[in-house]
Amino acid sequence: MIDRDQVLHVAKLARLKLTDDEVERMSGELSTILDHIETIGELDLADVAPTSHVVQLENVLREDVPRPCLPREKALEQAPDATAEGFRVPSPAAHA
Amino acid sequence: MSELLDLTGAQAAEKIKAGELDPAELFDFYRDRAAEEDLNAYLWLPDEGQRPEFKTDAPLAGVPLAIKDLFCTEGVPSTAGSRILEGYRPPYTATAVENLQSAGAAMLGKTNMDEFAMGSSNENSGYGPVKNPWNHDYVPGGSSGGSAAAVAAGLAPWAIGTDTGGSIRQPASLCGIVGLKPTYGSVSRYGMIAFASSLDQCGPLTRDVTDAALLYRHMVGQDPCDSTSLKHPETIEIPTAERLDGKRFGVPPELTGEGVEPGVQEVFQQTLRLIEELGGELVDIALPHSTYGISAYYVIAPAEASANLARYDGVRYGMRTVADDLTAQYEMTRHDGFGPEVKRRIMLGTYALSSGYYDAYYGNAQRVRTKIAEDFTNAFEQVDLIVTPTSPTVAFKLGEKTDDPLAMYLNDALTVPMPLAGIPAISIPGGLSEDLPVGIQLAGPAFSENRIFEAAYALERAIGWDPPEAPWKR
Amino acid sequence: MEAMTEQLGEHRYEPVIGLEIHVQLATRTKMFCGCKLSFGDPPNTNTCPVCLGHPGTLPVVNAQAVHFALMVAEALGCEIAPRSIFHRKNYFYPDLPKGYQISQYDIPIARNGELGGVRIHRAHLEEDAAKLVHAGASGRIHGAEASIVDFNRGGTPLIEIVTEPDIRSAAQAAEWGRLLRATLKATGVSDVNMEEGSLRIDGNISIRPVGQAEFGTKTELKNMNSFRFLERGLDAEIARQTEIVKGGGQVEQETLHFDPTTGSLSSLRSKEEAHDYRYFPEPDLVAIAPTEAMLEKASADLPELPTARAERFERDHLLPTDQAHLLAFRGELGDYFEEALASGGDGGGDLDPTALANWVTSELVARIGDTEPQDSNVEPAALAQLVGLVSSKTISRDAGKEVLDVLAESGGEPAAIVEERGLAMQGADELSEIVDRALEANPQAVEQFKEGKGKAIGAIVGFVMRETKGRADGGEVNRLIREKIGS
Repeated sequence: MIDRDQVLHVAKLARLKLTDDEVERMSGELSTILDHIETIGELDLADVAPTSHVVQLENVLREDVPRPCLPREKALEQAPDATAEGFRVPSPAAHA
Repeated sequence: MSELLDLTGAQAAEKIKAGELDPAELFDFYRDRAAEEDLNAYLWLPDEGQRPEFKTDAPLAGVPLAIKDLFCTEGVPSTAGSRILEGYRPPYTATAVENLQSAGAAMLGKTNMDEFAMGSSNENSGYGPVKNPWNHDYVPGGSSGGSAAAVAAGLAPWAIGTDTGGSIRQPASLCGIVGLKPTYGSVSRYGMIAFASSLDQCGPLTRDVTDAALLYRHMVGQDPCDSTSLKHPETIEIPTAERLDGKRFGVPPELTGEGVEPGVQEVFQQTLRLIEELGGELVDIALPHSTYGISAYYVIAPAEASANLARYDGVRYGMRTVADDLTAQYEMTRHDGFGPEVKRRIMLGTYALSSGYYDAYYGNAQRVRTKIAEDFTNAFEQVDLIVTPTSPTVAFKLGEKTDDPLAMYLNDALTVPMPLAGIPAISIPGGLSEDLPVGIQLAGPAFSENRIFEAAYALERAIGWDPPEAPWKR
Repeated sequence: MEAMTEQLGEHRYEPVIGLEIHVQLATRTKMFCGCKLSFGDPPNTNTCPVCLGHPGTLPVVNAQAVHFALMVAEALGCEIAPRSIFHRKNYFYPDLPKGYQISQYDIPIARNGELGGVRIHRAHLEEDAAKLVHAGASGRIHGAEASIVDFNRGGTPLIEIVTEPDIRSAAQAAEWGRLLRATLKATGVSDVNMEEGSLRIDGNISIRPVGQAEFGTKTELKNMNSFRFLERGLDAEIARQTEIVKGGGQVEQETLHFDPTTGSLSSLRSKEEAHDYRYFPEPDLVAIAPTEAMLEKASADLPELPTARAERFERDHLLPTDQAHLLAFRGELGDYFEEALASGGDGGGDLDPTALANWVTSELVARIGDTEPQDSNVEPAALAQLVGLVSSKTISRDAGKEVLDVLAESGGEPAAIVEERGLAMQGADELSEIVDRALEANPQAVEQFKEGKGKAIGAIVGFVMRETKGRADGGEVNRLIREKIGS
């Protein structure tokens, strides 16, 4: 139902590396789960509005007033790799 | 010493206020017990002698509280049960925790949990499974397994956890304690590490209904940091009801029949008799779309989770696997940092949202959600509360369902409809089956927590839950 | 605007252009958190757990950003959605801390507007990404190049405006872009500075045979940071596509970058090979349903916009179209003009708006350059007075320019400066008397002029100008001489 290629495509979208074993297992597990989920197809939902929020709230807005920011050291403190100024990452354009 | 263990949270608070109990003594007592435990219920405890401030004048008077590791607590490790957040010390504290601390709760420790709240057995933790205090070969339920086990084993007087599809109620049921999933929006989600944003809520896990009401009263509140939070229209009261006269209890066949194992069914039926003895009226109601709850839930929750977990990329915090190019760094970090259940759900969620599949999966699941909510609205025109077993089974053995994800998901069949509709539900211990606890669930309309507490309290009194072999007595 | 068409075989091709504009809003804080906006601060000094995407954080919508969006919607003549929601746009990139951008998808806050003959498809609110800075020599990770992420900009409120593909030439695109910029600047919602990045314009271009309804394959041109470059880039791309089609080839959909220094186009690596953003409604935010009060406040806060102002200048002050545009599109000039006009001039006679407009847009602008007119030394009332003095022929135009030089340099009052420097032109009698003397002093020139040598008048005029130290009005002198000579 969800084959190897689809699994690899979805894994790419989700930035998840999967080993060959994982791909195979994932394919089987997801297929089983999706089979169950597809029972929804038994229902006639054509005229039903989807629920995106259970709370009946609107216009929850915040005044445009500055609040204290984190001191830079605190902002960078948890980073696995940071310079004194910022978070370091491999350049998007670069390739290994 | 065991006298301390006998005190519920509310009782301990009273004693402290009366000057009869030293909060430091209580704190150390629990901390030491927690430090020696072998259930793997805790992920973090303060060092010996390291105590928080005790606000003895505040309502919760410095009584220690165990906090699920899904809550951000400033400067204290908060891992969400995942290796990808190993060592993460948040720069801020969750609002719900702050509210409780302002009310006098003293943070005892951070409890173990299924990774990112994904699981029903606490076997998905990156830090090892938690054991059920009733029988160490069995699971405590999940995802708030650590909090539930801690309360059940007397390693904390009370705890807080989170519930998205049943993660407070189901472990409460499997561990023989009380657990409440409140109305969506009544408690701030700010600082709760997000799993499924439209379903997540946090709530109390306690020994009795009174404690649950007391904690909940100090958790609620509209939070300017959470756009989906609202002010509870009622003041939360400590329940006192002794009977259920005039209360109508709906019994839906969809959530009380097929799939519920015989031992659980027996306890449930006993509870129904008890309800009638207390003057309650049982009414047959239908919740026709609740049978699709699992299907809808296992699309919506993973879909939202797939986006909520996209931030774990090794750039700003948490674990990172070094790689030479950016894509590899993302992929390897997330491969190494996430466990198999998390990966499964991210995959499921990403798939459900992906081009070509959105309407069939996510779109339809959100429509089913509307129908499930409608079913409840209709039911609550005929009844005041709905009663079901909390879990189709009692606790199962560690490892028993880990190879079958779908079987694991079906544990949530009786608890997922409520979060889908945003309505509150409580689980209280109803009895034993095969020497393991059976939980009874009471659900009510949005913001009906007071009504739920009153009924649960009366029922709890009548049930008289006090098993001689209860773990906190050992 | 005429469409530019290219003859190709039997077909004539026309460019079809749509623009996508991102406007950074001049609010005090970010779109979804209370961090202040301030450009040029040291990296990562304006961040918080929310805009860093820490676990457990949640967005809260900036009320002022919504207010600005409603203003923009009205300024662009859009329909405002009674209820609009936010969506998550999911993709991975280091400048996107949550791994998704909170934006609006199928229910944006505004739709179906129009400005300057170009239809506006939609306008919506979203948050800006952070900034990626190449680390350069200081940072290499395992031999590979590194970048540094600066989250100061991350979370800045943006309005994205998308036009219909109604534009038919690169020149039109640039001109319309300038109109949009002037309009947005007038609203005050943004600095709209292309160089600083508070206004970013991308273009979508395709070509098709004239008369064909279907669009050709479009390419996207990104990140041109001036209207001149926008025009050149679009022209270059139109030429490129035309070449391809001429050669019988197919235009491929791609994203391009235009290098203004070399004039060449290059293909950008797309951020995502598969642009599957997996949009779904943002569960952490609730809907925006603009109330009557919100809509009224947006209307009330909108000043007169350039198009309307230009029309009013033409109508009420009878300014020529191009002058009206110049004054309306540069708001500060328009304000200055109106203030000067209101002061009346008092140089004698009614102040002619067209004359004033001329002085403002040519002489004043030439002298103050980039300085705002309000910040210059030339008070609006002073310029008005000056224009009045020239119009009433109290001083010559050249003298007027001299006075303006002094005003621009050190301010002051024209009448006083004229007095001080003796710049006043002669009265009619005095001038007549000087002309008489000039005629007496140049009998030969008079004779020659009478004989038909028109140029002979020059000597007589020269005499008068010397006598008057150049302050006489040349035209008037000429006229008097001819009158007196009798021809």
